Amino acid sequence: MELILALAIGVLGGSGVWLLMRPRTFQLIIGLSLLSYAVNLFIFSMGRFPVGAPPVLAPGTSGDPAVFADPLPQALVLTAIVIGFATTALFLVVMLAARGLTGGDHVDGKGRGS
Amino acid sequence: MQHLGIASIILPLLVGAIMIPLEDQKGHWRAALGITSTVLLLAIAITLAWQAHLGGGGEGLVSVYRLGNWPAIFGIVLVVDRLSALMLVLTAVLGLSSLVFSLARWQRMGAHFHALFQFQLMGLNGAFLTGDLFNLFVFFEVLLAASYGLALHGSGVARVKAGLHYIAINLAASLLFLIGVSMIYGVAGTLNMADLAARIPEIPLENRPLLEAGAGILGLAFLVKAGMWPLGFWLPRTYSAVSPPAAAIFSMMSKVGVYAILRLSLLLFSNDAGDSVGFGGTWILAGGILTIGFGAVSVLATQDLSRLAGASVLISSGTLLAAVGAEQVAVTSGALFYLATSALSIGALFLLIELLERGRDVGADVLAVTLEAFGDGDDDDDDETDEIGVAIPATMAVLGLSFLCCALLLAGLPPLSGFVAKFAMLSGILNPEGLGGRVASVSPGGWALLVALVLSGLATVLAMTRAGIRSLWATSSRSVPRVGVIEIAPVLLLLSLCVGMTIGAGPMLRYTHAAAEALHAPRDYIRNVIGQNP
Repeated sequence: MELILALAIGVLGGSGVWLLMRPRTFQLIIGLSLLSYAVNLFIFSMGRFPVGAPPVLAPGTSGDPAVFADPLPQALVLTAIVIGFATTALFLVVMLAARGLTGGDHVDGKGRGS
Repeated sequence: MQHLGIASIILPLLVGAIMIPLEDQKGHWRAALGITSTVLLLAIAITLAWQAHLGGGGEGLVSVYRLGNWPAIFGIVLVVDRLSALMLVLTAVLGLSSLVFSLARWQRMGAHFHALFQFQLMGLNGAFLTGDLFNLFVFFEVLLAASYGLALHGSGVARVKAGLHYIAINLAASLLFLIGVSMIYGVAGTLNMADLAARIPEIPLENRPLLEAGAGILGLAFLVKAGMWPLGFWLPRTYSAVSPPAAAIFSMMSKVGVYAILRLSLLLFSNDAGDSVGFGGTWILAGGILTIGFGAVSVLATQDLSRLAGASVLISSGTLLAAVGAEQVAVTSGALFYLATSALSIGALFLLIELLERGRDVGADVLAVTLEAFGDGDDDDDDETDEIGVAIPATMAVLGLSFLCCALLLAGLPPLSGFVAKFAMLSGILNPEGLGGRVASVSPGGWALLVALVLSGLATVLAMTRAGIRSLWATSSRSVPRVGVIEIAPVLLLLSLCVGMTIGAGPMLRYTHAAAEALHAPRDYIRNVIGQNP
């Protein structure tokens, strides 16, 4: 389980960083999205892996932290997803504006797409 | 009175939210709402600073606001101490000045300027007040989202291109922020800053590298905002491309990064932190000095006034970071004074530049400097010698005097407060125990910082003098810019505040010294935030 998750984060993060270095805005935004998936999974993994454990107390049980999943990383991931989604949407608009103004999708606004 | 802290976040949020659906063709209502809200924010900030400095029987007060009255480790807390109150006052002053400036023309250059501006203020205030790492992330995103809008305000190819880079680099930095925060949570199990500082000494040795890696990654996210070399190449380009009112408030935004570094490095890695004492201090010192060097070179190399202002933001950030890295109470105190001075004077410079550049050809500066380089500039001087005694128009006199003040403040020359700030930092490096105390040996880092400070001042003087001669005294045919009172008033307000800080340097330095002492001995902060659970 740990290995699969670590590999998934690594592959997503690696592809994201590679795309981030590319000169086209579309590659840039896909790279940022992949990176944000990797980071979200990473935050999630920081709450350890109690498989099948509920994050809230069941009725009539008292708190034994070993039995429950840590709810805080889940809340953090939720916030991070919402914020990341909104900023990506905003970035998309700026990308379109840049494309309209410079006539190409190069990040420095040079030349037309090859 | 106890709700004042949260009011400085809620007020701009509500006002900004009301502005969006408001039916208002001419923009008068929005302007009135914006100004009212910002004036109120200023009043709140001054009250908070007053309380933080003089409350609690003269000892100073760390007031903690618990949202929903949850105990600090579980709930969200806002913490007002001297440092955050000072930052709130600076934000409100700069906000008010650039908002008044924008009323003349810039507010009409695009949609929702006033709403975005209020959200920007909300994000800044929240980032300065919050006592929780994840909330810091949320407020960072709020202020960044608003700043993306403000950066693009007025549109145009240059702004959109610079904005694209700005947004991309900040999105990447936010991801670093998240990685750092989650690593720290994974090791320490808390994100409340005070609780974290209390738990760090007990973290077992084998987990420490992970914690320090997390703190390092988190620090990178802040250093990108502060523009530390080599993370700050985006900064001069973006700051010179955005509209002047936005640039003035952005000069506060680069201070957010410095604030976060200052707060966290001194709180988390204070002398109680066990094996991690002073983690990263040397790196911040070295990075700060490199940033000063890079800023000084780019100040000299630049041919354009707005780029010059952007490069002085880099020098200011570098100076602050290096002073934080020096980790001495006296230096930190001087640095806080410098922070106030440089935020106000750079804000004034950004506003002033737009007034100076009005009514002149685009690229005139570039041409002037290039001509100078080829020794071909002022051949036509001789023709005009018969015009001795031409009256300087009043507008040019005011603009010139303001530019002179900005130059003195940024370079740190007497008699203005920039000099007091640099003097306080230098004397802190040389005499850590105050004048007349034991003569202490100065570390190599201290010497390097001293040299960097003095040389960066020299570079600023050279660059500002050249720019001033070219834009104010040059004989090129140019019309006197038409400047409204409403545009020059904010510049004069900011500069007169700097003059006020020069005159009131004693009380102001007492304030910053008390703030620095509290930062270097964070036990009070921790006890106030965690203790007294209901």
